[in-house]
Amino acid sequence: MRELSLNVMDVAQNSVRAEADLVTVKVEESDKDDFLTITIADNGCGMTQEQVQQVIDPFFTTRTTRKVGLGVPLFKLSAEQTGGSFDIQSEKGVGTTTTATYVKSHVDMTPLGDINDTMKILIQCNPEIDFIFIHSTDNGSFTLDTRELREVLGDVSLDTPDVLEWIADYLEENTKSIYGGA
Amino acid sequence: MKSLAELKAIRDRAQAEMNMRKENPNAARVLVGMATCGIAAGARPVLNAFVEEIAKRGLKDVTVTQTGCIGICQYEPVVEVEIPGEEKVTYVKMTPEKAVKVVNDHLVNHNVVSEYTIGTATK
Ligand SMILES: Nc1ncnc2c1ncn2[C@@H]1O[C@H](COP(=O)(O)OP(=O)(O)OP(=O)(O)O)[C@@H](O)[C@H]1O
Ligand code: FES
Ligand SMILES: [Mg+2]
Repeated sequence: MRELSLNVMDVAQNSVRAEADLVTVKVEESDKDDFLTITIADNGCGMTQEQVQQVIDPFFTTRTTRKVGLGVPLFKLSAEQTGGSFDIQSEKGVGTTTTATYVKSHVDMTPLGDINDTMKILIQCNPEIDFIFIHSTDNGSFTLDTRELREVLGDVSLDTPDVLEWIADYLEENTKSIYGGA
Repeated sequence: MKSLAELKAIRDRAQAEMNMRKENPNAARVLVGMATCGIAAGARPVLNAFVEEIAKRGLKDVTVTQTGCIGICQYEPVVEVEIPGEEKVTYVKMTPEKAVKVVNDHLVNHNVVSEYTIGTATK
C-alpha cells in the first residue's frame, strides 16, 4: 500500500465484517522518540488463537480450501520492514486488537497518508457503527468519538453530507494543531 | 474550531429536510469494491470522486458505499451501479475521471458507459 492510511481502511474493514459496533483507531506518533503506532481495536466476533496464527501467517497454513487474505499480512509487513513490530490480540466473542509499531525514520517507512480521509470514509460507509479516532503527536492529541456526535445528532444519520463535512473539517483543524501548524 | 453547536445547527437543518422529503425506495446504489486489492488499486479516490460528483449534481437518491471482494482482482478498482428496475452494471479499472462520467451519463441520464464495463474490458 502507498499509505498506511489505506492499510488502516483495509484492516478496519475486517472489524466491520466481524460485526463490531465500536471500532477504535489510534495513531500515536513521536518524532522525538522516532515511532508511530497504529492500533485498531474492535468488539466484533473475535478469533481463536489458531485463527490468529493463520491470519498472521497465511502461507504457513496447510489448508488450501480457504482463500488467504492479504490485508493483515500486508499491514504486518509494513511495520516489520521498518524494524517495528506487529501484534494481534483476539478473543472469541470479545473482540480483536491489532497493533502495528513503526520506526518512523526508517528508509522503508510508508507515509501515514490521509488518515482523516480513511476515517471519513469508514464513517460514511458504516453509519450504524461507532468509531473513535485518536491521534497524538509530540504537540498534543485529539479525539473524534461518533458516540458523542450521535448524541447531538439524534435521528440524523452520521452519513448526512453536511455532517460528514463537519467531521472532515473537525479532523483537518485538529490535525493541523497537533502537527504544530496554525 | 468546529463546535458541537455547529453540529446542532446541522442537525436542525437536516431534520427539517427529512420531514419534507420521504425516503425513496428507488434509491440507486454505487458499490465500490474495497477489499485489499481494490484499495491497493486506488478505490479510495474513486469512491471520493463518486461522492463529490453526486453532491455537485445534487443527486439525492443515490447512496455510495463500499463492498468487499468482487472476485476480479485484475480489473480493480471495480464499481457496481444498481438502479432499481435496471440491470446491474459492473465498471472496471475505474479512475476518478471515469467516475465523473459514470455519474453524469449513467446515474443522471441512464446511459450506461459501456466502454468502462466489464463486458468491454474482457473482449
Ligand atoms: N478484527 C477481526 N475480527 C474477526 N476476524 C478477523 C479480524 N481481522 C481478520 N479476521 C479474520 O482474518 C481473515 C483474514 O483477514 P485479512 O484482512 O488478512 O484478509 P481478508 O479480509 O479475508 O481478505 P482481504 O485480502 O480482502 O483483506 C478474515 O477473513 C477474518 O476471518
Ligand atoms: S481479492 Fe481481488 S477482487 Fe477479491
Ligand atoms: Mg481484510
